[in-house]
Amino acid sequence: MRHRGIKKTEEGIFKGLMILATLTIVISLFMIVVAIVKRGLPAMSWDMVSKIPSGGFYLGKEGGLLNAIVGSVYIVVGSVTLGLCFSLPIVLYLNLYLSEKSQLAQITRLSFDVLFGIPSIVYGAFGFTLMVYLGLRSSLLAGILTVAILIIPILIRSIDEVMRRVPKEMKDAALSLGATKSEIIKPMLKQVVPGIITAVLLSVGRGIGDAASVLFTAGYTDSIPTSLSQPVATLPLAIFFQLSSPIAEVQDRAYAAALILTFIVLLLSISARIFSRKFSKNKI
Amino acid sequence: MIPNFLRVEKYTDSYMEKLHIEREAVSENGNSLFLKHKPHLSVRNLNVHLTANHILKNVNLDIPDKAITCIIGPSGCGKTTLLKTFNRLLQNSPDVKIDGEVLVDGENVHDRNANIEDIRKKMGLLSQRPCPLPMSIFDNIAYGPRIHGIRRKSTLKIIVEKYLTEVGLWDEVKDRLKSPATSLSIGQQQRLCLARGLAVKPEILLGDEATSALDPISSKKIEELFLKLKDQYSIVLVTHTLRQAKRIADYVIFMYLGEVIEAGSASEVLNNPQQKLTQEYLGGNFS
Repeated sequence: MRHRGIKKTEEGIFKGLMILATLTIVISLFMIVVAIVKRGLPAMSWDMVSKIPSGGFYLGKEGGLLNAIVGSVYIVVGSVTLGLCFSLPIVLYLNLYLSEKSQLAQITRLSFDVLFGIPSIVYGAFGFTLMVYLGLRSSLLAGILTVAILIIPILIRSIDEVMRRVPKEMKDAALSLGATKSEIIKPMLKQVVPGIITAVLLSVGRGIGDAASVLFTAGYTDSIPTSLSQPVATLPLAIFFQLSSPIAEVQDRAYAAALILTFIVLLLSISARIFSRKFSKNKI
Repeated sequence: MIPNFLRVEKYTDSYMEKLHIEREAVSENGNSLFLKHKPHLSVRNLNVHLTANHILKNVNLDIPDKAITCIIGPSGCGKTTLLKTFNRLLQNSPDVKIDGEVLVDGENVHDRNANIEDIRKKMGLLSQRPCPLPMSIFDNIAYGPRIHGIRRKSTLKIIVEKYLTEVGLWDEVKDRLKSPATSLSIGQQQRLCLARGLAVKPEILLGDEATSALDPISSKKIEELFLKLKDQYSIVLVTHTLRQAKRIADYVIFMYLGEVIEAGSASEVLNNPQQKLTQEYLGGNFS
């Protein structure tokens, strides 16, 4: 009987610890959201999302953040597309053509683990060097390239994780029908669609919210770029510049920008989930 | 009573060696075992090493044409490995070394120049657990014909209907061909996998314990299908259940520790085994 009592206490302690951890994080995240909403909402207006800054916007005059919203979306869409163009072939090569124990595969996976952990300012500096070397000015293109390099490790590691879990029997089943390795790519991709969507979401979250990588490379402008070679504004930098202003009204606008950023990420998450459900109905 | 695990110990190397000699004597007039059916697939001096383990030891076999051959034997005796050497799926595992020949219609499967896709197309595989592709029911059947170049929708429709009917699934699924294959019950999935295999027009069907994950009624359906299909295909089944072998096998191969101990017609091997090991296994003294 005593033994059962100890077990019960043990169970209670561990459950308590789990609840404590969950609550701590949920509450702190909630507080961040509350702070953003509390300071950002009063500064929010239709102008904020529909107009570009007019003269004196950063001194509290009229205008909006449309330039930064559009810029962030451009950057993130461009870099995720570019990132997928590189990550998918790499992951497929790792999983279809290299064995788990192959040295090349191990080295590749290890290097992407390391790249995963490098701070984004380093990518920013690297992007800047690359930009100077290629003779580019700070531009949408340079921003997309840098953010793409930043998110490729995220895309690769998370897609690779799900691709490795594709049942061997499924590959064997397709192969035994006489499929070549490149012909089993289609069923494999179908199987990992939810994983790819999660990976894209993670990288969108990282890419859209990252200030350091676009600081040197994308530049900042009050207008919406019409070509890849023009500089582009981004929401994280809009937040950064406005927060450093001494004017309280402008600071509040930084919170409004943060609110918009959070909302975009939320919108993307929800739509991704809906998409994921639609495309994964065939998953085995 | 000697416990089962001790009984196995009795088969020392020298005993196995003796067996070997006896078997060789039998295989001198080898194909006499398979008088009724000419061999479709032949294995010659096949050795498989996985890292340091000798998995298959000098296997020599003939798989008769248009008949059901069951490979029986205790777990880990190399049945599945043998099956996988037939369509070269084993080469997908690293550290595998394969020596010897597997001949299909006189062509060596393990020849470097052999076209691996053509070989696999000749052999349909039914795995232990049904493994549908992550697609709709229709696309699962159409996947094989599609990769072999059939694109026209009307042709694909005819193929899908033909093979779903062949496995008795058409009436059950004809109204939901667009539904995911995973929406089927596990027994239906296995029949779907069989139909998918048949749709690439193989000559040989390989079953790796194809009924072990199924309920009795579904297993029975699969067994009936095998019996129906054996007039058109050479069927090789790895099975764990002796009763299944008794029910459907025309020929039986008994393997133990990577060696073929006895092979012959089902009635010979199951009712009147010549080797002591086979007798013990059939008697249920080890499994």
